[in-house]
Amino acid sequence: MGFAYFPHTDEDIRTMLGRIGLESMDGLYSDVPEDMIFKGDFEIPDAMSEMEIRRRFSELAAKNVGLSVFCGAGAYDHYSPSVVQAIVSRPEFLTSYTPYQAEVSQGTLRYIFEFQSMMAGLTGMDCSNASMYDGPTSAAESVMMSVNCTRKKSRVLLSGTLLPQVIEVVKTYCKFHGITVTEIPYKDGCTDLEAVRTELQAGDVAGVLVPGINRFGIIEDLTGYADAVHAAKALLIVYSDPSALAVIRTPGEWGADIACGDAQTLGIPLNFGGPYLGFLCCRQEFVRKLPGRIVGETVDADGKRCYVLTLQAREQHIRREKATSNICSNQSLMALYVTVYLSLMGPQGMKKVNDLSYGGAHYLHAELLKTGLFREAFGKPFLKEFVLHSKLPVERLQKALLDVGIFGALSCGGDLVSFCVTENRTKEEIDRVVSAVIRCHIDRCRDIVNANLK
Amino acid sequence: MKYYDKLIFELSKEGRTGFSLPENTWPETADNIPDGLKRSGYPDLPQVSEPDVVRHYVNLSNMNFGVDTGFYPLGSCTMKYNPKINEETARHPGFANLHPLQPDETVQGALQIYSELSDWLCSLTGMAAFTLNPFAGAHGELTGLMIMRSYHMSRGDFKRTRIIVPDSAHGTNPASAAVCGLEVVQVRSTPQGVIDIDDLRPLLDDTVAGIMMTNPNTLGLFETEIREIEASVHAAGGLLYYDGANMNALLGKVRPGDMGFDIMHLNLHKTFSTPHGGGGPGAGPVGVAARLEHLLPSPVVGKSPETGKLRTETRTQGAGRISGFMGNFGVLMKAYTYILSLGNENVRKTGPFSVLAANYVKESLKDRYKLPVESLCKHEFVFDGLREANAGDPDREVTTLDVAKRLLDYGFHAPTIYFPLLFHQSIMIEPTETESIETLDAFIGAMRTIADEAVSDPDLLRSAPHNTPVRRPDETRAATHPKLKY
Repeated sequence: MGFAYFPHTDEDIRTMLGRIGLESMDGLYSDVPEDMIFKGDFEIPDAMSEMEIRRRFSELAAKNVGLSVFCGAGAYDHYSPSVVQAIVSRPEFLTSYTPYQAEVSQGTLRYIFEFQSMMAGLTGMDCSNASMYDGPTSAAESVMMSVNCTRKKSRVLLSGTLLPQVIEVVKTYCKFHGITVTEIPYKDGCTDLEAVRTELQAGDVAGVLVPGINRFGIIEDLTGYADAVHAAKALLIVYSDPSALAVIRTPGEWGADIACGDAQTLGIPLNFGGPYLGFLCCRQEFVRKLPGRIVGETVDADGKRCYVLTLQAREQHIRREKATSNICSNQSLMALYVTVYLSLMGPQGMKKVNDLSYGGAHYLHAELLKTGLFREAFGKPFLKEFVLHSKLPVERLQKALLDVGIFGALSCGGDLVSFCVTENRTKEEIDRVVSAVIRCHIDRCRDIVNANLK
Repeated sequence: MKYYDKLIFELSKEGRTGFSLPENTWPETADNIPDGLKRSGYPDLPQVSEPDVVRHYVNLSNMNFGVDTGFYPLGSCTMKYNPKINEETARHPGFANLHPLQPDETVQGALQIYSELSDWLCSLTGMAAFTLNPFAGAHGELTGLMIMRSYHMSRGDFKRTRIIVPDSAHGTNPASAAVCGLEVVQVRSTPQGVIDIDDLRPLLDDTVAGIMMTNPNTLGLFETEIREIEASVHAAGGLLYYDGANMNALLGKVRPGDMGFDIMHLNLHKTFSTPHGGGGPGAGPVGVAARLEHLLPSPVVGKSPETGKLRTETRTQGAGRISGFMGNFGVLMKAYTYILSLGNENVRKTGPFSVLAANYVKESLKDRYKLPVESLCKHEFVFDGLREANAGDPDREVTTLDVAKRLLDYGFHAPTIYFPLLFHQSIMIEPTETESIETLDAFIGAMRTIADEAVSDPDLLRSAPHNTPVRRPDETRAATHPKLKY
């Protein structure tokens, strides 16, 4: 029977084999040792029609539970406008390869140039590359870049307030790449600058990676970091949520040399963790050490403005083992999500997204404290994510929320739990969190009373 | 609108907006952030209306060429048709809104896709276990090499820090090895284009971690001495890594596991039909032999022995964590859908049809283009430029670049050029199994016309393309005076 993706008729096959001078399709593998030809059955399903596939996905989806998301921790439920999906679905963007042939890739090249411009603007840095895989790998590449920029130094400092997955991924890369990692402890929920200063004294530090907003949701005050780090001839790397950078102090303003992070917050759906979008920006003097693709402006043979992949002497296809990174495929289409999103949002939209998130998060924070079932953890400024000490047992609290369709109170160690509120959460949903918490407390009290009565 | 020439910033006008957000009724706003932590001023983003945004990006898309536009014979990239049902399933709202840290019991459908896709890839490749976490081919290579190093280190064998890579390898192979802290040792190819065993043998000592191979290699040739290579590398205590970039040639016919490979990656955006998105996102799952399974990066998907429910697990012995969450899940859903569409029956035809197409094009053009190795090829092949290229005449010489640019005028995407590095004028052509004989014939016709033009009117080629949205860019200027933002 015919198959929709194969255009071959029997006659086509005969014609093609004839041109090659073969009798049968088997002849195409005459160079493969006979015992290597697979003759068994693959353990995969029989072919399904589109209708059957749709049903299969409906069945699979029914095994998931859609929840009202009050959790961040590196993946944020921000709203993505309808236009974003419409544009990224254009097959001319979707089904093209890396823009090696600039003459027929101006669409991709232009949006990447716009993306680079917007990311440089948001982070306050001089330049941006075309994208990395995700936030944690962009942090790992930043750390390797700092070693590459500073020469002969092979130690980096990581703040203990970075997201756990960022710390783990950076450590994995460093372990194999031969970079020593020192994790900086935190004090009152923030990176301990004194500990950083002490470590820098050894003189062997290439880079210092700190978060702009940390795993507890705290907006860190990075005053003094750039001076301390630069005095030790190291590079300051700031890990950021670029959505928040529309309102909070930027890596550029803190004096960072490299800015990295995950741009999932700019119009990319949660998607169970991917695809997301790593970004990497730097100061001009380090641009030739940037990993990955970079698009630049130039003119064509007629003097007309156009865009190309540039500074390719850094990359693996030219430099092989001496390249700045091994990255080849990146997350280009996700950069289109972000570019379209930021075009729609503009400066006012970005401000409003942050206002709504800030307002909702602070409302929830206040309401939770009012219940008396939580205690302030660090009391530091936050934007949309915060942690509190829970007086309720954490697992029980999480379960009580889940029972009413809420994913929140993510465990941050001990009795610390985190909540996140984006503009996508309504007041009704937030109030539902608060009543579920109170309900949890009441149920627990009743259980205790009942247990005592027994 | 072929000659559209705007950047989104150039459409901006103070006061225009393109967003739709609810009224802000919260008592507090981000203005309450302490001054010292606040950004000074607004970010410099464009201010445009929604219709302006739509029209701008639709116009940009019109300046692009994709698989859906036309034939895209880019060698080693497997630009096969990207089925639309894949896009539909990957956008299913029952998955798109899942947070990656949701409790396992609320994401059983997602974990089932991850788990089943892993199993299917195992069966299709002959490996024992897969991680789907790597984001791309090069990321898979790096992950695979981390597993390789972890294996040696877990045995207390710390001196194995060299990796053998053929001179014909993809550039990512040596680059991934370097990121992984391995020293690259190059092994030569024979004049027949396959690994030179006599050059390989002396390299195999107790400092060798393993070898990275692409089979078929980047010339599209099956490494016929694979048995011998496998035995020699294993006898020396090394492992064999399979670069799956060229797996499409073998899909449904030959399995890397049966060739003796210990570790491999697949490019789902090549072999398994997920679109390349102008450079990504892809996915680079890594498969391993049974004795390496415990070294896969975390998280992994396992099954609770008590409840039989799927769950995410962390492996303490493994290579470590290489991704924020569980890879490019949306891409995994597309590959999962593709395998459902293919089924057992059609997957067997995938590799063979791709090989049929490549040999057909090769045989139809080898009288006009230099074929360095006369042999059956697999899914792709390499020409070393035109037979009649007016070589040596600086005013009339036609290079591979000229041929590629002229193809754009004829409505085809160019093949991969100047790779592999074994030849000076490499043209690497990979037609894939989803192209009809009529499309292949049209391409062959264009290539033959170009060969005629090279003789009759070389300037036409040397100044090509002529019919594209822009003409040849000044790449030197882009690199010497980098302008990287608006």
